[in-house]
Amino acid sequence: MLSYSLRRLLIGVGMLLALSVLIFVLLRLTPGDPIDAYIDPNVPMSPSDLAELRVTLGLDQPLPLQYLAWLQQASMGNLGYSIQRPDQPVLGLVLSRVGPTVLLMGTAIAISIIAGIATGMISAVRRNSVADLSFSVLAVTGISSPPFLSALVGLYLFSVYFHWLPSGGMLTPGREFSIGDLLHHLILPAMLLAIAQTALIMRYMRASMLEVLNQDYVRTARAKGVYEFWVITKHALRNALLPVITLIGSTIGLAIGGAIFIESVFNWPGMGLLMVNAVENRDYPVIMGSTLVIGACVIIVNLLTDLAYAVVDPRIKVG
Amino acid sequence: MLARTPSRSPGPTARSLHRFLLNRAAVLGMGMIVPMVLLILSYPIWWSFRPNDIDLLAMNAGPTAKHWFGTDGVGRDIFARVMDGGRISLLVAITSTVISAIIGFLVGAVSALAGRWADAVTMRFVDLVMTLPPVIFLLVLASIAGTGIWPTVLVISLLSWPLLARMVRSRLLELRERDFVMAARGMGAGLPHLLFRHGLPNSIDILVVFATLQIANAILLEAGLSFLGLGIAPPAASWGNMLNAARSTAVLEQYPWQWLFPGGALVLAVLAINFIGDGLRDAFDPRAELN
Repeated sequence: MLSYSLRRLLIGVGMLLALSVLIFVLLRLTPGDPIDAYIDPNVPMSPSDLAELRVTLGLDQPLPLQYLAWLQQASMGNLGYSIQRPDQPVLGLVLSRVGPTVLLMGTAIAISIIAGIATGMISAVRRNSVADLSFSVLAVTGISSPPFLSALVGLYLFSVYFHWLPSGGMLTPGREFSIGDLLHHLILPAMLLAIAQTALIMRYMRASMLEVLNQDYVRTARAKGVYEFWVITKHALRNALLPVITLIGSTIGLAIGGAIFIESVFNWPGMGLLMVNAVENRDYPVIMGSTLVIGACVIIVNLLTDLAYAVVDPRIKVG
Repeated sequence: MLARTPSRSPGPTARSLHRFLLNRAAVLGMGMIVPMVLLILSYPIWWSFRPNDIDLLAMNAGPTAKHWFGTDGVGRDIFARVMDGGRISLLVAITSTVISAIIGFLVGAVSALAGRWADAVTMRFVDLVMTLPPVIFLLVLASIAGTGIWPTVLVISLLSWPLLARMVRSRLLELRERDFVMAARGMGAGLPHLLFRHGLPNSIDILVVFATLQIANAILLEAGLSFLGLGIAPPAASWGNMLNAARSTAVLEQYPWQWLFPGGALVLAVLAINFIGDGLRDAFDPRAELN
C-alpha cells in the first residue's frame, strides 16, 4: 500500500514536470517573438538596444536554461501577465475563475454519479426490460450529442421556449446575492454538463453490475435466503462500484472539455469561458497559464482517485 | 472411403462479416450513413443552390419548397450549406483519421518492437497526452495553428493518435513473443519487415475499429473547434460554425432552422458511425461466438 502510493506519487510529480515542459514548448511555438511584449510599438528601437534587452531578459540563453528560469518563476506562482489586460497577473485571473468552475463541475459530477449509478443499477437488475432499453438508447444519444449542441437545445427549450430558467450568467445582475438566485442559474448548465458523464457511468455501472450479479457469492447470498433488496444493495452494489470509481476519476477530463462549451454558451464566469475568450483574443499567457492549472488539477485528481481506489480495494498491491 | 465435404467452414473474415450483419444497431448505422454520404457527395448535381449563393428575396426565411431547410441572415440556402458542411466535416475527419492512424500505428509498433527505452519514453508521453482534457489541448494547438481546413486536420491528427498507439503496442508486445516472429527475427528480419509483414496484418482489426470510431470523434472535434470560432472559418460552411451562429440570441430564438438542421445532421452522422464502430468491434472479437 505504502510503496504503491509512493510510486503513484512519483509518477504524478513526473507527469507535472512533463506537463510544464510541454506548456513551455507550446509557449515558444506561439506566433510572435516573446520580446514583442516588452516593446512599445510606437517607439522605434535600434537593433543593438534590442540585443541588449534580449540579454537582460535572458532570451539569449539556450532553451533548457530558459525553461529552468521559467519553471522557477512558474512554481512560485508567476505565470506572466495577460496581454489583453496587462495589469492582471495570469495566476490571479485563473484563480478568480476556479470557484465558479468547481461549483458547476461539482454539481454536474454529483448529478451524474447519482443518476448514472441509479439508472445503471436498474438497467442491470431489470435486464432487457423497457426501462433498460430506454436508458440504453438515452445513453447512446447522450454520448453522441456534443455538449455545445445539447447546450443550445437546452437553452432553447428551457429559457427561450418555456421561460423557466435564465439564459446565462451566474447571478442576476443588480440583484443582491442569494443562494436561490445562484441555484436558479446553476441548474440548467449543470444538468446539461452532466449528460455525457451520466451516460458513461450508466453504461459502465450496468456492465459491472451484470458481472457481479453472476458471481458465486451473490448466488450464495440468495441461497442463504437474503432478501433480493439486500443482495443488490449490500452484496452486489459495493463490489460493482469499484471500477466505477476509477471511471469517475478518469472522466474529469471529459467534464472539463464539456465545461468549456457549456460555460461559453451560458456565459458562466469560469475557467472555460476565460480560456475561450483568451483564445479568441490570442492571449497566449492566459491560454498557457490556464492549461497549466487545469492540467495540474487533472493530474492531481487522477492521483487522488488512484490512491482512493487502493484504500477501497485491498486487492490492489504494487501495480 | 473418406470424401471431402463440399461445404467449407467459413473463414474468420466471413464469420466477422456475418456477426456484423447480425448486429441490428450496426446495420441501422450503415443504413443511415450510406444515404447521407451519397446525398452529401451528389448534392451539386440535383440541388440548384450553392452554399454561398445569396437569395436576396429570402433572408432568414423558414423552410419552404424552394429552400428545404430555409435560409440564413444573408439569404444563403441552409440545405446547401449543411451538405457542403458535411463535405468539409468528412474531409477533415477522414484525412485526420488516416494521419492519426499512421502515427498511432508507427509509434505503437516501434514502441513495442524497438526496445525498452523507446517504449518507456513514448508510453509516458502517451500517458501525459491522454490524461489531459482533449478539448483543452485542441484549443491550445488550434490557437497556435490558426483556422482553416489544413490547420484543423493537423491539430486533430496530432491529438488523436495516442489511444491507437497504446492499443497497437499491447497487441504487438504479445505478438513479439510468438514463434513465427521469433523465427523471423532469428533469420535477421529488420524492423520494417517486422512492422509491415507481421505487425500490420495482425493489428488490422484494431486499426479498422479505431478508424471508424475516430471518424465520429474527429467530426465532433472539428464541430467543437468551429463552434468556438477556431477550426473552419466562415464563409466556408461547417456544421460547427453553423451552430456557432446560434450563439446570437436572435438566431437561437427566431430562426431555429438555421441551427437545428446542421445540429441534427451532426448527431445523425456521429450516432451512425458510432453504431458501426461498436458493431465492428464486436464482430472482430473472436470471443463473441462463445456467448
